[in-house]
Amino acid sequence: MQFRRVIPSLAGALAVALALTACGSDAATTVSSASSAVTSAASSAMSEASSEVTSMASEVSSAATSAVGTVDPSTSTLLTKAAGGTLTIGIKFDQPGLGLQNPDGSFTGFDVDVATYVAKALGVPESGITFVQTKSAEREDAIINGTVDYIVATYSITDTRKEKVNFAGPYFVAHQDLLVKADSDITGPEAMSGRILCSVTNSTSAQKVQEKYAADVALQQASTYTECVENLLAGTVEAVTTDDVILAGFAAQYPGELKLVGTGFSDEKYGIGLTKGDAGGTAAINAAITAMIADGSWAAALDTNVGPSGYTIPEPPTVG
Amino acid sequence: MDFGFLQDDRYDLVGAFWMTVQLSFWSALGSLLLGTLLTALRVSPVPVMRAASTAYVSIVRNIPLTVVMFAMSQVLYTTLGLKLAGRGAGAAGAQQFLSDQFFRLAVLGLVLYTSTFVSEALRSGINTVPVGQAEAARAIGLTFTQILGLVILPQAFRAVIAPLGSVLIALIKNTTVASAIGVAEASALMSGMLENESDKFTAVFLVFAIGFVLFTLPTGLLFGWLAKKGAVKR
Repeated sequence: MQFRRVIPSLAGALAVALALTACGSDAATTVSSASSAVTSAASSAMSEASSEVTSMASEVSSAATSAVGTVDPSTSTLLTKAAGGTLTIGIKFDQPGLGLQNPDGSFTGFDVDVATYVAKALGVPESGITFVQTKSAEREDAIINGTVDYIVATYSITDTRKEKVNFAGPYFVAHQDLLVKADSDITGPEAMSGRILCSVTNSTSAQKVQEKYAADVALQQASTYTECVENLLAGTVEAVTTDDVILAGFAAQYPGELKLVGTGFSDEKYGIGLTKGDAGGTAAINAAITAMIADGSWAAALDTNVGPSGYTIPEPPTVG
Repeated sequence: MDFGFLQDDRYDLVGAFWMTVQLSFWSALGSLLLGTLLTALRVSPVPVMRAASTAYVSIVRNIPLTVVMFAMSQVLYTTLGLKLAGRGAGAAGAQQFLSDQFFRLAVLGLVLYTSTFVSEALRSGINTVPVGQAEAARAIGLTFTQILGLVILPQAFRAVIAPLGSVLIALIKNTTVASAIGVAEASALMSGMLENESDKFTAVFLVFAIGFVLFTLPTGLLFGWLAKKGAVKR
């Protein structure tokens, strides 16, 4: 008797599951046929190239002098939006020195300063900016859905991400590093073999150490870097890894107890992410970053935000 | 949608769900034992035992699981140095130590938390047993343990099969919290995939949502069926 009820419900569940997978595979074929790597790359390159040509043509014809004003705003979603006087910008809310929300609701950090400078260069005053939080995994979708106009959130430029968004910049190059106890004998990532390394769950930094330097490193994963640093102080892990600019902040909190190994390995190029194919907007942001580096506000912003942690301000990156 | 990432060697999907099954199994077993013990204390004739059990259940039940899990990792291990596994020599030893240590910490946290819900479900089951049965058992000279073990609990368990099924489903889903302390179960793999395959957000999400439903749906159906089979006819 009971099975009569169980079987139809099981069958129903199966039908739902099948329907879902069927949708999935349908969509999969459409998407993959539409975006088979070569065609999509070629077509996007062409569209980028053509809009660049258009913007360059307008540049020449208008012969404007301002770096930003050279692009015809009508070809770029970002510039059209900026002309309206408001922008929504994605940043991190929880990274001291880079993008941090203060208890009073204001925002500080190097990313915030860059975002504000770029907005000003695009003609949007500080009052016209709305900052929203974009966590690491949400960044591409936030740009695609149009939730944000651009993102300045320790956003490393990678090839996978370039398939979905445009990158301007880099505006900063960080290096992955190790944070260890002051008396540690660890000299670099190769020495991590057989030792316990802490990183945030599934961060690419930990994977990199494992893949490139010490395949038999033991990875302990925590939810935040603060937790990792607590573990390091307690001695349950032997090193913490992520970008040096973040680690420097922690090292500064415990002077004499923690130190950076200082053998920066791998370059993390932080870029500004915006809508795929928006060549006009990308060029305008690049021009703004170049201007920021040239007029000294880039170095000043770094000095204010990450200088206190003892981090040596690096040479500015080459934009574009 | 592109599900090509499922073929990627970097992702051990089966292994991750197997870890979820292992976490669920050991935690379910532990919670059932500890939960039964808590219930026995709760109805015992000794006031101190009753008070201790009531206090434990009311306190732990009301702490979020994430906090319990965090306490296992940061308080028990990092601060108090509790080791639930031995560290062998060399690189393999260190890796084995980490995975054992955090697996056991996660099971401990899940048991401490879930046993309170098992205990409450079981206590409601005890209330379905007519009080006359306990009185009759006492009248023929059975001790407290005998009354509980031979008369009350067997009937109570049969009355709460369905609620215990809900607790088990909740437990299976709660194992995802173990990823917060770095146990490589399904949700940890999911966030790893989202980090690396950020362009296949929806596909990754679907794989794991369906994966969990495949575990929990049959569990619910099985327990619903068991509950009908096992119910005490009164």
